[in-house]
Amino acid sequence: MPVAIVIAALVVGSVLFHLVSPWWQTPIASNWSSLDVALDVTLWICGLAFIVLNLFLAYVVWRYRHREGHRAHYEPENASLEKTLTFWTAVGIVGMLTPGLAAWAKYVNVPQDAAMVEAVGQQWQWTYRYPGPDGVLGAAGVMHITPDNSLGLDPTDPFGRDDKIIESSEMRLPLDKPVKLLLRSKDVLHDFYVPEFRAKMDLVPGIVTYFWMTPTVAGDFGILCAELCGVGHHEMRGNVVVEPQAAFDEWLSEQITFGEILEQASPASRSEMFATADVCVGTSIWSNP
Amino acid sequence: MVTLADDLQPLHHPKTWIGKYVWSQDHKVIAIQYSLTAVAIGLVALVLSVLMRLQLGFPGSIPWIQPDNYLQFVSMHGMIMVVYLLTALLLGGFGNYLIPLMVGARDMVFPFVNMLSYWVYLLSVIVLVAGFFVPGGATGAGWTLYPPQAITEGTPGYQWGIVTMLVSLAIFIVAFTMGGLNYVTTVLQARCKGMTMMRMPLSVWGIFIAAIMGLLAFPALFVAAIMMLFDHLAGTSFFMPTIFSMGQISDTEGGNPILFQHLFWFFGHPEVYIVALPAFGIVSDLISVHARRNIFGYRMMVWAIVIIGGLSFVVWAHHMYVSGMNPYFGFFFAISTLIIAVPTAIKVYNWLLTLWRGDIHLRVPMLFAIAFIFTFIHGGLTGLFLGNVSVDVPLSDTMFVVGHFHMVMGVSPVLVIFGAIYHWYPKITGRMYNKTLGQMHFWFTFLGTYATYLPMHYIGVLGVPRRYYALGDTSFIPDSVSTANAGITIAAIIVFVAQALFFINLTWSYFRGKKADPNPWGASSLEWLTPDTPPTHGNWGEKLPTVHRWAYDYSVPNAERDFIPQNEPPSNEPPS
Ligand code: HEM
Ligand SMILES: [Cu+2]
Ligand SMILES: [Cu+2]
Repeated sequence: MPVAIVIAALVVGSVLFHLVSPWWQTPIASNWSSLDVALDVTLWICGLAFIVLNLFLAYVVWRYRHREGHRAHYEPENASLEKTLTFWTAVGIVGMLTPGLAAWAKYVNVPQDAAMVEAVGQQWQWTYRYPGPDGVLGAAGVMHITPDNSLGLDPTDPFGRDDKIIESSEMRLPLDKPVKLLLRSKDVLHDFYVPEFRAKMDLVPGIVTYFWMTPTVAGDFGILCAELCGVGHHEMRGNVVVEPQAAFDEWLSEQITFGEILEQASPASRSEMFATADVCVGTSIWSNP
Repeated sequence: MVTLADDLQPLHHPKTWIGKYVWSQDHKVIAIQYSLTAVAIGLVALVLSVLMRLQLGFPGSIPWIQPDNYLQFVSMHGMIMVVYLLTALLLGGFGNYLIPLMVGARDMVFPFVNMLSYWVYLLSVIVLVAGFFVPGGATGAGWTLYPPQAITEGTPGYQWGIVTMLVSLAIFIVAFTMGGLNYVTTVLQARCKGMTMMRMPLSVWGIFIAAIMGLLAFPALFVAAIMMLFDHLAGTSFFMPTIFSMGQISDTEGGNPILFQHLFWFFGHPEVYIVALPAFGIVSDLISVHARRNIFGYRMMVWAIVIIGGLSFVVWAHHMYVSGMNPYFGFFFAISTLIIAVPTAIKVYNWLLTLWRGDIHLRVPMLFAIAFIFTFIHGGLTGLFLGNVSVDVPLSDTMFVVGHFHMVMGVSPVLVIFGAIYHWYPKITGRMYNKTLGQMHFWFTFLGTYATYLPMHYIGVLGVPRRYYALGDTSFIPDSVSTANAGITIAAIIVFVAQALFFINLTWSYFRGKKADPNPWGASSLEWLTPDTPPTHGNWGEKLPTVHRWAYDYSVPNAERDFIPQNEPPSNEPPS
């Protein structure tokens, strides 16, 4: 008896908790409202199932509790009832998959005009790279890393010379412009995660991963690492400033290019950089498209 | 028809105490050995979880919990709970105890291999625990052990802890294989006369399919473990690309970290069902017995178990939607994952419909079964969020995932295990448990775990990541999250302390409990019909039972009692 009441109370309590909970999604700051829609649809369908099934549970436990002289009903199966239930379950599943897959179709299709930006992870910090006027990121790979070439750009690749190297934890993005984030890790797995953008993706050493999005709200957002990467995992933070194109362009123009780094480097450092270009290129990572 | 483990084979009854209780080949003793070992190591994992919760709820309150040992706690907790507690307890414990008794066999088909299985399992646990004491300590790579970090500097235990973990897993898999082959063969070959497959209790079906799945899934983990050991100790590059770690370029080349994830989850997802299916089966029996009602839609229940078992091998990459694998896989795995929801939902409906029009005795095992239905509905539904690929993107690697999998494969199976222990305790020990203590244990465990895990989903939707030692200063996280975390920790500690009620009850009742009736619940299945309680070596005395009906003849119209034992001949047939 109490268990029936408690089950019903838990259903009501869970719904109330949901309604008053101060913890729900952060205000969205990207184009990915379709992910939120998929979540909402899933929530409504699942929420309904949760309420109906558990209230039914509470009801039957109360209604058919043992009483003197009461006997259970013998009925091994009821095919038509089972078919009906299967059908409605399938309807619910299709209802959830439709917005889910529709959103995914957008997620995997990067728009042609998306600007490229690279985020590089290493234990336990973020650095970034933007293409120069050529719009192309030069080839890069961990075997090219030297103290002055921390992102491992291939010094012999002309496309890399105008790349902007950002050795700080702050990156910037222009407002309302689609961007394809190319993700590269030097060491272990990491995950580029900005809750307000909704999108996220792992960084995998050895390959370049990516996702795309359009920032839709100006502001300063925290970047977290969402894939366990060792003892500093929880401290691997960065931030991304979203601002209008003009402010962004000005900021970008102040950043140092790889070509400038090469020029300013001491002769010893420069020859160290070029020495890496001789190593087996079979393993280099090509991040220009 | 002559079956294996039949009367024709005389059993050699051991004469010495050691032969009976230590080097025992009796499936019931092995079951107890498995269970006690699993529970003991499970308690270690439980203590680790309390330590983690103290750090998350009251950061810094225990100064010696630092990022490195925090991650070691997370990893060891997760792996112990999933593999060394739940898998061992449900298959090694319940599988061993129930299969021969429920199918009417004298023992497992290969009793000696069965005994070896336990001792090899014990060895795997010892190697696992040794990980805490090797230089550098246990691995802190997460229970998923993803390379490269599992074997590179910067991760606790990358030197030796990961080695003991991988070796222990490999040993465990050897033990599991010996046990699993036994369970499968016994079900196929040693059923007593009349026990057709479609007359077996659902507990046996769940364990049977789970054992088959284990035999198919564990090898993937086995090879992954061996390959990673090679990467770590022999300098191979199965999973290792060239990396730049801690100021140095590695001499590994060309390996692929995502390959490991595929292998891991090809094991890891079926593993969820290796734990879930036995629990599904057992809870079906608890519900049917205590509701005095035939299981509703038995054939559908069997097919659902089989279909879930099959489909669960084609959904693994739903754990990898944001892993960097080809994103187009997302379409396939989202669809296959949500299709699994259909047979799973059918199981839930049939449990509810078994209760419907039943005669529900709210005894302690039934309370746990009802709570299981509630938590499983909750956990199953949140799984649809994570399976529905684009909904998973924001939620993956957040506390939502932690809330989800604890609800569905932590709390739910554990509730079934508790219910099952109370249910079969009279048969196993010959004594009744204490009802009041059992009820108190139930309420604290059920309500406490719900209070622990419900809020986790919400802070996960907010964006709080998992496996974080501390949240620090994070702009999107309001202060109220620390309140939630403190509340979760308090609930978890209450659950932890309340488990004392369980252990006190079982220990006290073992010595002082009321003598149990051989069939206190009026159940139809064979294990309640043994000539002795507890059953002795060989289970059935002189003669094996003969089965005449399915295991669910409860409240049959016009029958004089509200259950008909499986070995009772139809009334128009002369008694054999
Ligand atoms: C009262 C009981 C339990 C408590 C309080 C608890 C608590 C926790 C906590 C705090 C974490 C770390 C979350 C994070 O920050 O990532 C965790 C992880 C985990 N727990 Fe539990 N847990 C309990 C029981 C269980 C059970 C019964 C299972 C069995 C399935 C389980 C399986 C896991 C797994 C697989 C992980 C993930 C480990 C990882 O991230 O590598 N837990 N648990
Ligand atoms: Cu990380
Ligand atoms: Cu899975």
